[in-house]
Amino acid sequence: MRAKGGLSTLVFLLPLLLVFGLFSWFPIARAVVMSFQETNLVTPPTFVGLQNFQDVLADPLLWTAVKNTLYFALLALLFGYPVPLLAAVLMSEVRRFKGLYSALAYLPVVIPPVVAVLLWKFFYDASPTGVFNTILGWVGLGPVSWLQDSGSAMPALVLEATWAAAGGTVIIYLAALTGVSTDLYEAAEIDRASIWRKVWHVTLPQLRGILLITFILQIVGTAQVFLEPFLFTGGGPANSTTTILLLIYNYAFANSLGGAYGSATALSIMLAVVLGLLSALYFRLTRSWSTS
Amino acid sequence: MKKLITPLVLVGLLAAAACSNNPEQQADAGPVTLKVARDPGLDKGAIAAFDERVAQFEKANPGIDVQPQEYNWTATTFTAQLAGGTLPDVFTVPFTDGRGLIERKQIADISGLVGGLPYGAKFSPNVARSGQAEDGKMWAVPIAAYGQALHYNRTLFKQAGLDPDKPPATWDEVKAAAKQIAEKTGKAGYAQLTTDNTGGWILTTLDYAFGGRAEKLDGDKATAEIDTPQMAEVLQLLKDMRWTDNSMGANFLYDWGGINQAFAAGQIGMYVSGGGNYGSLFTQNALKPADYGVTVVPLKDSPDAGVLGGGTLATVSAKANEPTKAAGVKWIDFYYLKKLIDKDSAVLDAKTTAASKQPVGAPQLPVFDKATYDESLTWVKDYVNVPLGQMTPYTDKMFDQPLVTEPSRSTQEVYKVLDPVVQTVLTKKDADIADLLKKADAEAQALLDRN
Repeated sequence: MRAKGGLSTLVFLLPLLLVFGLFSWFPIARAVVMSFQETNLVTPPTFVGLQNFQDVLADPLLWTAVKNTLYFALLALLFGYPVPLLAAVLMSEVRRFKGLYSALAYLPVVIPPVVAVLLWKFFYDASPTGVFNTILGWVGLGPVSWLQDSGSAMPALVLEATWAAAGGTVIIYLAALTGVSTDLYEAAEIDRASIWRKVWHVTLPQLRGILLITFILQIVGTAQVFLEPFLFTGGGPANSTTTILLLIYNYAFANSLGGAYGSATALSIMLAVVLGLLSALYFRLTRSWSTS
Repeated sequence: MKKLITPLVLVGLLAAAACSNNPEQQADAGPVTLKVARDPGLDKGAIAAFDERVAQFEKANPGIDVQPQEYNWTATTFTAQLAGGTLPDVFTVPFTDGRGLIERKQIADISGLVGGLPYGAKFSPNVARSGQAEDGKMWAVPIAAYGQALHYNRTLFKQAGLDPDKPPATWDEVKAAAKQIAEKTGKAGYAQLTTDNTGGWILTTLDYAFGGRAEKLDGDKATAEIDTPQMAEVLQLLKDMRWTDNSMGANFLYDWGGINQAFAAGQIGMYVSGGGNYGSLFTQNALKPADYGVTVVPLKDSPDAGVLGGGTLATVSAKANEPTKAAGVKWIDFYYLKKLIDKDSAVLDAKTTAASKQPVGAPQLPVFDKATYDESLTWVKDYVNVPLGQMTPYTDKMFDQPLVTEPSRSTQEVYKVLDPVVQTVLTKKDADIADLLKKADAEAQALLDRN
């Protein structure tokens, strides 16, 4: 019976393993191999050892991309991380129209990302008649160059990315908040704790585990930002929004005659290794906090 | 963690797809299905005209089933399509890509079939070179050639108090007209392409017009010529228009589609792009013909000043088997070439196109000799529906300008290096032109040395 059970498990598992192996792990293995090759994907590849890694590390644009990515991650952490938490806590406190608020918060997530970017591109029109600049004009401010200036382009991307992603995180926090025991709040109310003390002493400690997870997800996500710089600015102006993933894309696809796929995969692998190590280190460091 | 593997999976899947491109697998007898490129975003009339041409072809070639596939060459998507094997069987590429694709055998060798065409030897030598391998065999067929032009909006010219029949003939006049348009209409007087390698393309165009060259070839050795007085002068002109005259509007991140859209929408007074742009402005961007004006790119008074010229090659996918290759060359002959050289075909094409209210007669440079080109214009003159009168500033002078081909080595990569240079000048008031050029020159030289 035991052996039969094992076999049927395997039969059930096989399609999943096959699909996963074929579409997830085979390309990764192929990419690792390709990082040591020079290839145009049409004619046979040649092995070049560590040359691709050396080329990538010698590219001055890599450090620009690393700096830009860190800047994006920092800005996203400053704006993007606290905003959903604040929204979720406030929404959990209101009794009326809670569903409506949740729906409103989640709405941007439902909009396809490309559509959202095109919409915001329209909003970010840098002329005085652009949507945002018109609004700023009503209060005597602007016009702001938004995407057309090296200084304001990255914050503008973060603003849209925060708007687009916050709703999803709000829903996670709201779900986690329903798991917080009401006894704790009742006890706090008996002690006449103010709303802020309840948030500080009950809500946040109870959400600790989920906060740690969303933090690392945020880091991993922002380190791989691609869509916004690709669609809004193409990495400009003057490479001020060229991120690591955009650089990978440019290696592979910006030269129409067959890109440096080897360099692209080499940089992808370096990024994956760094993020993997970062995640492992983070979970190790925070293990005691999340379980206590 | 799903995002973590995205780039790896993307490139890996491409690799896997590329591995499966085995022409032998597809070789079978019987009717041939031929996927051919059709411009994306065409209006209904243009699609109807294309479909009609397909029907005419299928009637003449019963064994071939033509399936149109939307395709547009852009530097950033072409590589992915080429590697992923998702290109149509017949597709077009710019002149700059021809030699590289042939050397790397990324397209099919159709030289035997092209050599069999009755006009195989009639191509203009300058134009033919871009589609030929080292041994002179033609793997890619030139179907259109262009010289860069200065496109302008006649309505904005009138609103600004300028004479649309006398467009600027020098760069000082371009600068003055741009300023006047910006002041009187609030629109961008002059706009410049800056992203997706087009920044480098147009910067090189202006550099040529000022007497410069982006690179120099000496035997096998290519030298970058970016840090030059001509390039500095061009950038200074742009800097002055942008920051002193404030005549370049507010968008400095234009790609080809974006600038055409903005121009057709009346947001731009002047911009530089291919002389044959009228078709895409009209069929893809709803340009009002009355707005349109075009003139030659002004050339500086220098013996080296010239207009950058390029063109389009039709090619057949490297995946294609023999019957598909033969069908592909038949389509290239029917759809792109015959109309340039054969009266009946020219009339049929013009009649079909005009019946769908699509543009006929937009100016081009000859793919064959000028006499053939001039003659072909007389065949279709009854069907010409583009505002030819508004194009005379260009058509009267286009053949008098010295035509200079695009940089031949690592063209798109050198253009890519130039994109941030022009972006910096347009978005940073204190941009140091000398420093930008020095760095770009070194970067381009490193690329040329490596390739």
